[in-house]
Amino acid sequence: METILELEDYKVYYKTLSGYVRAVDGVSFTVKKGEIVGLIGESGCGKSTLIMSLIIRKPPMIVMGGKARLKSIDLINISEVERRKILLTKMSIIPQYALDALPAIKRIKAFLGDIAKDKGVPEEEVIEKFIERARIIGLPSEVINMYPIELSGGMRQRVVITLATIFSPDLLIADEPTSALDVTTQRHVLELLAELRDTGIIGSLIFVTHDIASVRQIADKIIVMYAGKVVEIGETEDIVTDPKHPYTRKLIEAVPKLGINYKKKRLSGLPGSPPSLLTPPPGCRFHPRCPLAMTICKTREPPLKPLNESRLVACWLYDQSKGEHS
Amino acid sequence: MRGKDTIVLRDLTKIFSLGLLGRKKIIAVDRVNLEIRSGEILNILGESGSGKSTIAKMILRLLRPTKGEILFNNTNIWSMTKWKEIKEYYRRVQGVFQDPYSSFNPRRRVLDILYDTLYNYFPEYREDKVSAKKYIAEALESVGLNISDIEGKYSHQLSGGQLQRASIARALLPKPSFIVADEPVSMVDASTRIDILNIFIDLKEEYGVSPIIIGHDYSLAYYASDRIVVLYKGQIVEEGPPEVLEDPAHPYTRLLKESVPLIDRKWSKKLEYRVGDIEVSRRGKGCIFADRCPFKKPICEQKEPPVINLGKSKVKCWLYASK
Repeated sequence: METILELEDYKVYYKTLSGYVRAVDGVSFTVKKGEIVGLIGESGCGKSTLIMSLIIRKPPMIVMGGKARLKSIDLINISEVERRKILLTKMSIIPQYALDALPAIKRIKAFLGDIAKDKGVPEEEVIEKFIERARIIGLPSEVINMYPIELSGGMRQRVVITLATIFSPDLLIADEPTSALDVTTQRHVLELLAELRDTGIIGSLIFVTHDIASVRQIADKIIVMYAGKVVEIGETEDIVTDPKHPYTRKLIEAVPKLGINYKKKRLSGLPGSPPSLLTPPPGCRFHPRCPLAMTICKTREPPLKPLNESRLVACWLYDQSKGEHS
Repeated sequence: MRGKDTIVLRDLTKIFSLGLLGRKKIIAVDRVNLEIRSGEILNILGESGSGKSTIAKMILRLLRPTKGEILFNNTNIWSMTKWKEIKEYYRRVQGVFQDPYSSFNPRRRVLDILYDTLYNYFPEYREDKVSAKKYIAEALESVGLNISDIEGKYSHQLSGGQLQRASIARALLPKPSFIVADEPVSMVDASTRIDILNIFIDLKEEYGVSPIIIGHDYSLAYYASDRIVVLYKGQIVEEGPPEVLEDPAHPYTRLLKESVPLIDRKWSKKLEYRVGDIEVSRRGKGCIFADRCPFKKPICEQKEPPVINLGKSKVKCWLYASK
């Protein structure tokens, strides 16, 4: 299958007065054509920094190294003019809080005018495309003359999705697309995103969230991040039913299944908090919170290695070669 | 006293007027009747716009009802006139809010704020700093914090989970009977949510404080509750033990159950419900859920459904009416 996005040892830091915040620290993964990839992790794990750095790069954010490629386009050494050109057409994003990103008093039509101008295509063409896409997405064509303030959260999110997919991008990145929505609307939006992939309107989708239960509904593959690192990659079903990394395991355990009441079973979360990325701990970044931490975990960083043909995990528990070096 | 207190909501209604002349009315809470007893964890489950936060604010006496009343041990909390009496109500009914960072003054140290709360309710501790410190340390311990975790720190220096714990400790200081917690875990990381909910469970089991937890998460509500109230557009549509969420009677609760993403279940069949697209503040004569309900009968649009007692639970729906 064709590779749409390829990251290799990708590093994005923030420059601060007290040093570099290593928000994304050597991340490697690929997204294939037609895949829905769930990128999960908690606040501060670097998932939002990772995807924002692909779209827009502003100080204090600095790409420190590695490779990032969208098909044949080198996303690291690309000029800002070129980057602007590929946005919406080849790669598109639904940013977090997109619902509020639409200025409340600008008609949807005015956004379409802006997009047309930016992309150098006739406005009528963009409007025509929007109406056609809106029909598939289940938005009445009247929205074009409405103001964002008149739309409900679910409708606004569908407008954002329509705008983001107007040029059928190869890759759509959705950052917490459902977290501001009601549960009943959430399901519709997630199913819509899957449908956009099924019908080929978008090539692939990266769905960024902290909510593993949502990811499970539509993703083919899950990438788990912790403290700026990828700790596990695998097929959705495998990850959810048989997580290998202690962090993934804890993350799944901490999400209650329906039908568990405290009187029947006491659940427990993950003690402690994630490390500061200004001075991350040596060795495995998860070791201070890991119930299974060994001596090696405190000194040497576990590499992300294949466990079998469809699973990658960065944990010394599964590394047979660890004895050779330590 | 603690352990016997009750809060009764009687036909509790809140109507907000919008617009310059207040012509547009939004019924946020619509004739809610509920008895909240000590010794149980009550969980109020609802989506945004269900009126759940408005109910919380009214119970905390931060917002005055438009109609109806809130009785605390048979006294209407808005008929209290003496400041002493009002303060005693505030002491016994404390609040914990969604965003702990906005619950603490960012320019003051968290520990100093805790001391303020203590001195406010128990001024005698001003004279006895050693006992005051011990008292606060105990409250912090009961939420899994050490005084050294927060000593000298401002709110921005603590993680969301730590600060939410501190805000629960603050609420505990006046020795309340009830703690009203409005979405206490929605801003906390997924892996630590369960631990915050466990604190509320421990408070009930070990300290006799009754938590009233308000939230929108279906499985978390099931986990941390003895009784569940499901709210939709300001009305209670279903009420019962947590098990009602496993086998809900009301079509709205069923829709919630179908929609919620669960870790151990993948959505299968298509939903037969309409999306609640354009927020309608107007409501007809009948059932508030009629416009989205796939089981709608003609009567549902004409007449408001009665509350039907199903034994273990109560449901406001025509489907269960005998005639």
